[in-house]
Amino acid sequence: MTDLATSERTVAPRIGENAPRPDGVPKVVGAFAFSSDLHHDRMLWGGTLRSTHSSARIRSVDVSTAVAVTGVHAVLVSDDVPGQKVFGLEYRDQPVLAGDVVRYEGEPVAIVAADHPEAVRMALEAIVVDYEVLVPVVDPMTVEEAEPVHPDGNLVRRIHLRHGNQDVVGDVQVEGTYEVAMQDQAFLGPESGMAVPADDGSIDLYVATQWLHSDRDQVADCMGLDPEKVRLTLAGVGGAFGAREDLSLHVHLCMLARHTGRPVKMVYSREESFHGHVHRHPAQMWYRHHADRDGTLVRVEAHLILDGGAYASSSSAVIANATCFAAGPYRVPSAEIDGAVVRTNNPPCGAMRGFGAVQVCFAHEAQMDRLAGALGMDPVALRLQNALVPGDELLTGQTIKGTAPVAEVIRTCADHPPGASMAVDPLELPGGAGRTADPEHVVRGEAFALGFKNLLFSEGFDDFSEASCRLAGGVATITSACAEVGQGFVTLAQQIAREVLGVDEVVLLPASTAGIGSAGSTSASRQTWMSGGAIQEACGQVRAQLLEHLAAEHGVDADDLVIADGRVVSMAGGFEVDLAKATTEPIEASVVFRHVPTLPLDENGQGNAHVSFAFSAHRAIVDVDVELGLVKVVELTTSQDVGRVLNPLQTVGQLEGGAAQGVGLAVMEEVLVQEGRIRNPSFTDYLVPTALDMPPVEIAALIEQAEPGAPFGAKGIGEAPSISSTAAVAAAIRNATGLDLPRVPVRPTDIVFPGGTA
Amino acid sequence: MSTDPFILEVNGQSHEVADAHPGESLLRVLRERLRLPGSKNACEEGECGSCTVLLDGQTVCSCLVLASTAVGRQITTIEGLSGDGGLSHVQQAFVDAGAVQCGFCTPGLIVSIGSLLESDPDPSELAVREAISGNLCRCTGYGRVVEAVHLAATRGGGSK
Repeated sequence: MTDLATSERTVAPRIGENAPRPDGVPKVVGAFAFSSDLHHDRMLWGGTLRSTHSSARIRSVDVSTAVAVTGVHAVLVSDDVPGQKVFGLEYRDQPVLAGDVVRYEGEPVAIVAADHPEAVRMALEAIVVDYEVLVPVVDPMTVEEAEPVHPDGNLVRRIHLRHGNQDVVGDVQVEGTYEVAMQDQAFLGPESGMAVPADDGSIDLYVATQWLHSDRDQVADCMGLDPEKVRLTLAGVGGAFGAREDLSLHVHLCMLARHTGRPVKMVYSREESFHGHVHRHPAQMWYRHHADRDGTLVRVEAHLILDGGAYASSSSAVIANATCFAAGPYRVPSAEIDGAVVRTNNPPCGAMRGFGAVQVCFAHEAQMDRLAGALGMDPVALRLQNALVPGDELLTGQTIKGTAPVAEVIRTCADHPPGASMAVDPLELPGGAGRTADPEHVVRGEAFALGFKNLLFSEGFDDFSEASCRLAGGVATITSACAEVGQGFVTLAQQIAREVLGVDEVVLLPASTAGIGSAGSTSASRQTWMSGGAIQEACGQVRAQLLEHLAAEHGVDADDLVIADGRVVSMAGGFEVDLAKATTEPIEASVVFRHVPTLPLDENGQGNAHVSFAFSAHRAIVDVDVELGLVKVVELTTSQDVGRVLNPLQTVGQLEGGAAQGVGLAVMEEVLVQEGRIRNPSFTDYLVPTALDMPPVEIAALIEQAEPGAPFGAKGIGEAPSISSTAAVAAAIRNATGLDLPRVPVRPTDIVFPGGTA
Repeated sequence: MSTDPFILEVNGQSHEVADAHPGESLLRVLRERLRLPGSKNACEEGECGSCTVLLDGQTVCSCLVLASTAVGRQITTIEGLSGDGGLSHVQQAFVDAGAVQCGFCTPGLIVSIGSLLESDPDPSELAVREAISGNLCRCTGYGRVVEAVHLAATRGGGSK
């Protein structure tokens, strides 16, 4: 038996261990360079003039005064876009700069470069835009009959999913209408970056993003440049959560840099950031669940309307998720789901953590509680009875081939003993520091919710990630364009390389479009699997080459060689070499990793559209001051299906952080939009949970069942925590108050004036 | 349009600030003129705490302080908390406890927590949560941050 404790050698942490983040120390000393920290001695500052109207025709834009402002080097408008005038993640439908029409409040109209931010501000104020103001189309429920917001029409995508026998009727039916408001990702690091023009007409863009190569291709088209003339390098990313999947200032920076011949830096203000990225789609949802009297689900009907705002972004994929996962992780033999995402003059919506699954989870879990009430059943027992198991069919007709430990997730979370005591300090009461709550009016509630979503890209998308590994002198150098946005992929990349190659030192080269092909997007809980898989395979090929080389050179059997403790050793004995001295020549391998192919949905929303699924459960305990309508989330308990834990500390961090965003959507986070205008574009008025709002998150269980096809069996873990947390908190408030509360966030008036009269 | 040159004492060193606009915040001057970008710019209206620095030992949002009003006062930024002796207890605890994700809130949190532990070396969880309730973090949900404070407290708190 090997006694690890007696080993004198300190081995750098491998898979399953708490490896420290390679960017941890730079981040705690303030030395990590975020995209807003970029500096160049010759740089200019850029700024953006944004539409003050949510719908208007532009009669003219007069920049003559602006260009005369001292220190101004460029003022550019739509006509100055050198290449394709539109961009977009899935459809190129969004103007780089508005031409003859603006379709949402905050749409960019003109851009400025100047030698000081103050000169930028003055120049932006000096631009005169003559608008013919139009009545905005803002109601997603009636938008299909309204004037077209865009030449592409007001319907972005409709999926009419029909599964199983459509004539099924349940003995017990429950019906409900639900609404989810618009949520902002509220990453802390504002949109920012720097473009540096080169003498040969090419451009270097340093930017915080989730997908370097997609950005590169869109920027190149808009700049009228070949893709290789645009090099993107990841600048430090201050959080993303979906909001950096679309372009923001990318093309603007490149236009200003090319026009002025100088490096140009731009940093959005917080107000601008609220207008500068997509949000989580608001949703209106109608549901009818049918069940037998014993609680077996027999049919689910739903109508889903998501408001995509003015441009398509990733809306078509979001509605696919909402539709496919509309009924939750339950066995549902018959379903009709009509999912539509529409275009309005509201702020554009797109990716946010949970991506369509969050909205429907709020609704389907409310329905499951309602059904349990109608049946006189325990809500957890009802969920267990209908929980998906491997081999079951989803609403899409797809059979679950991988792991689906739904029952385990339910049981471990529901059975975990609650730990929350009653509040002692007034700070712990609803309303907190305001000290407004009267303990006499505080009621405690508890509830449970379950959710799931797909991992990786779906519907036939050619989803891949490229990575390379180079081993020299016992040091592994990894190249990948995977965007580290805070989630800790850089840690996992090192752990994977150490695990496969047995090395201690792993160098990660900067993520860039220059050195390697696409890693795909840091979204859809996909990078651990996709770029992790690419790194695992690249390192595996290097390892195989190394062992074959040594076997040939020393006349031993390659299958007999193992790498352990920094040495390559023959198991049969007689041969041993230090890994650092094993080869004189570097060994390299490059891999393009793909997951199993998926198929598009057919006309009935059926097909093997997805690869894999992750399941999570939350139990929430809340205190509600029923007189004031104030809520304090006291405790959250969670279990999650994770495949395999690669780094325990980072896993906990994802579960806690994701739950916090779910708590925010449940009780406080809403982008307030009136007539297409954002009324609260600041952290003063858009409330993000603080440390006092956020309860401790108890992790009841991390369910480890290795997922076939995933590196080390690990599922992506980032999104699931944001899915069931909102539903659980809202349900706990229902449990405390006895109210229906069909909308999140739950506002004080929803509790105090549930009839809607204030 | 620019102010007269003035001197700021930052992390024990004197820095001359020339050509600043009168309205420039301490945050902007630290970040853009003195090239100390560790203090962060998430909201620039005093809500998120990512720009927290010490002004004569008191935590302030440097985005709300006019740079020219900080003349003659001791300014300490995140860059001044780790010296030749390595990381402070709070900084090391952030690394060890997994309190760092994207890291944008991290400098402000570390300045706030260092200040907390100076005055309360062994704070209760509620005291920790109240002390950092002016520092928004979007990644962690605060669980590992609270853990890091307790870890730092057991290792000697704000004394280094």
